[in-house]
Amino acid sequence: MNSTFIAELVKSVGKEGVLTSPEDLAVYSYDGTFEEHCPDVVVLPTSTEQVSQVLQLAARERIPVVTRGMASGLAAASVPFSGGIVLCLTRMDRILEIDQENAIAHVEAGIITAILQAEVEKVGLFYPPDPSSIRHSTIGGNIACNAGGPRCLKYGVTGDYVLGLTVVLADGQILKTGGKVIKDVVGYDLTALFTGSEGTLGVITEAFLRLTAKPKFAHTALVEFNSIAEASQTVNAILTAGIVPATLELMDQTAIACIEEAMNLGLPVDAEAILLVETDGQEESTVLREIETAAEICRQQGARKVTVAKDETERAALWKARRSVAPALARRAPNKLGEDITVPRSAIPEAVRRLKAVSAKYGLPIVIFGHAGDGNLHPNILFDKRDPAQWAKVEQMVAEEFDIALELGGTLSGEHGVGTLKRPYMQRALGSASVALQKSIKQVFDPLNILNPGKVLPD
Amino acid sequence: MALSATLTRLDESDYLNCIRCGLCLAVCPTYRVYKSETASPRGRVALARKGLEGDLELSPNMAEQMYACLDCLACNDICPVGIRPADLAIEMRQVQEQINPAGWKQTLFGGLIARPGRMEAATFPLRVYQWSGVRKLVYSLRIRQLLPRQLRDLEGMLPRLPRRPLRKVLPEVTPAQGESQHKVSFFLGCAQSLMFADESAATVRVLARNGCTVTTPKDTVCCGMPAAGYGRLDLLKDHARFNIDLFEKTNPDVIVTDCATCGSKLKEYGEILADEPEWAERAAAFSAKVRDISEFLMSIPLEKPSGRLDARVTYHDPCHLRRAQKVWKQPRTLLQLIDGIDFVELPESDWCCGSAGSQLITHYETSTAVLDRKMDNLKSTGAEMIASGCPGCQMQLTTGIKRSQLDVKVVHPIVLLDQAYANGKKSQ
Repeated sequence: MNSTFIAELVKSVGKEGVLTSPEDLAVYSYDGTFEEHCPDVVVLPTSTEQVSQVLQLAARERIPVVTRGMASGLAAASVPFSGGIVLCLTRMDRILEIDQENAIAHVEAGIITAILQAEVEKVGLFYPPDPSSIRHSTIGGNIACNAGGPRCLKYGVTGDYVLGLTVVLADGQILKTGGKVIKDVVGYDLTALFTGSEGTLGVITEAFLRLTAKPKFAHTALVEFNSIAEASQTVNAILTAGIVPATLELMDQTAIACIEEAMNLGLPVDAEAILLVETDGQEESTVLREIETAAEICRQQGARKVTVAKDETERAALWKARRSVAPALARRAPNKLGEDITVPRSAIPEAVRRLKAVSAKYGLPIVIFGHAGDGNLHPNILFDKRDPAQWAKVEQMVAEEFDIALELGGTLSGEHGVGTLKRPYMQRALGSASVALQKSIKQVFDPLNILNPGKVLPD
Repeated sequence: MALSATLTRLDESDYLNCIRCGLCLAVCPTYRVYKSETASPRGRVALARKGLEGDLELSPNMAEQMYACLDCLACNDICPVGIRPADLAIEMRQVQEQINPAGWKQTLFGGLIARPGRMEAATFPLRVYQWSGVRKLVYSLRIRQLLPRQLRDLEGMLPRLPRRPLRKVLPEVTPAQGESQHKVSFFLGCAQSLMFADESAATVRVLARNGCTVTTPKDTVCCGMPAAGYGRLDLLKDHARFNIDLFEKTNPDVIVTDCATCGSKLKEYGEILADEPEWAERAAAFSAKVRDISEFLMSIPLEKPSGRLDARVTYHDPCHLRRAQKVWKQPRTLLQLIDGIDFVELPESDWCCGSAGSQLITHYETSTAVLDRKMDNLKSTGAEMIASGCPGCQMQLTTGIKRSQLDVKVVHPIVLLDQAYANGKKSQ
């Protein structure tokens, strides 16, 4: 990258905000997947104005801009395959306002989601979305991927909390959408369009987020099953009984064993599956009654044991376990490929059955866990990428996982996004009319194709 | 030869297995300061991998990234895969040292620090500076204010040094009061002897009071931590062999230290020498006997002090105690044993203070940024004293308190226990 351009970047964002050493470029080459490609320069801006200036420069020189936060993504959406600029927003991490009267937070994109949550909870408010990466991902990244998480069953996904955005467009213009209003039907819903756009339509730099009242009570139950089929049927039994738990998480035996190996929490390693059920709310009696009802349903469905966490420490341990599943799998094999297919809730038992059949067919383990309550499963294939034969199998297995999701009326991804990894399947999932329309939208927002090129939409 | 072969305590799997989940970013003090991947454990693992696989040169900048790690071990603890990014950073320093050895390290860690007598001679001017009244003069004439900020902070870091190093003062054997229950060998660390003599004197008193016959070998050499931190594993091994040999002669039930850093290294001797047939067993036996003072006191029937000590006290976890030795409950229990102490938890008590040995000298900006956050947390407790059983942490905290102009006293927990015993005697 030529030095005049670097000098211009430095003029815009300062010396500390422009990184060019081989070491810096190397560590900005990856995300939470095994993909990597070095950028030509890394820029860490501290304001929307700086982002605007960087995009003006990039547009003038036709240089790709790949925006990222903490790079915990699981779809290689922020890996800069096209080189160019990596625009890292982690230094834009201020809370601009917590408006208690309107229950709205105004934040910069780079704030870590867990920090935002802790801050709003200090004043009795609540930001519900809770991706497993909550401590190492940013709001900007959560919005750009429309992140989910266990609590989304009751509370909805990130996008349900985004009221307005500040977005820097491909030519450097600063756009504001929405604001501090709950209802807004004036014009197209651009806020929703940017949400989940994975950095391909603009750079999200600020957001207005809807907050809610913090639930005062929560109870969590660990439910053990001798068969994963029973566990997945139980999910539907609970939800059709008129209870809406905050979370309803499923983990299969391999997942349980991996966590236990990593954390020694005393989880039942001989159970074929466990469900983690949590109810929450403002009234202790209601929350307790709901967890007891759920527990009773579990027993009726064949659960061999139901344990309700006695106190906050026990509850925290269960959640720590759940959050560590994906990374803990790495103890079993050098590589894992985790997808997040989503099916209609009623199809979960069938999806689980078919996934296990794929695993048996190819002889590689598929670990299943996920947010069973909203039909969002995380089948993780464990393998060794250094073995070409295994890698070839994995590619076929992933395709079959996607087939299962689509055949059962579901979709490729519930919360990770498309990035690079799911691009080849877009045409099949959406159909040509939808893909063509989306390509036209991309063309309008980013005529020079400099914003995260080669991601989401197929060529 | 593949560079990965130059790794000693780790192997390929320690970087190949990183799945880049990013969990370690959430607990890393340097990431929190710079908010940049380069300053993160995941980043260091990626760099180590590329360096060892030959994709990147082992450049001075690469080495610098490894030296920028505070080695607070928080990433080791949180990694769900079980890899140890902090250990990898230390290993990389050693790889770098083998390729590009620095002569001054031999002089400092092999020549000076390894010889207690020379250390004492070298620090003699500092003792003169303090005891001759020059320091007083510097303060009263406000000369200190004229120093650049970093030098001022470093000067402020120095505790009041003992007139004579404790090594020269402590008897070889301190008899137990009453019947002897435990045969303890006391590992007197360099910093404790040269700078925090009062604390170690208190340690020996408290041990003796609680039925321990305390032997203090005078010829101990440095535990090896500084050498290891600067990539000289060979010197660490030399130190380890020497100390093991020395302590075998006293044949104790336990080996006690009141320095978190020494303790963490001594407990590692077994692992460090595991590959040397003539030493493996002896090293393992040595390490198995090592206890931090708070850990040991909480494992024996400890006399509850009858004296009071009225103060609001908080506690900072030394990384080398909490993470490296998993000792964190014991010092808290010890403090709360004392009547009159109003114990208050320090927010983020287990986050590094930024000392990391010599980081205030070598990485001033990072070290003070980490320290300032510690001070904000300290301020929020309203404590009059902060206890911490590590000389590095104590010096760093003292610097921070001066920088932030707080009125908080830094103490070793053992000193408070010793004082409570003394207060009991007075009131009788």
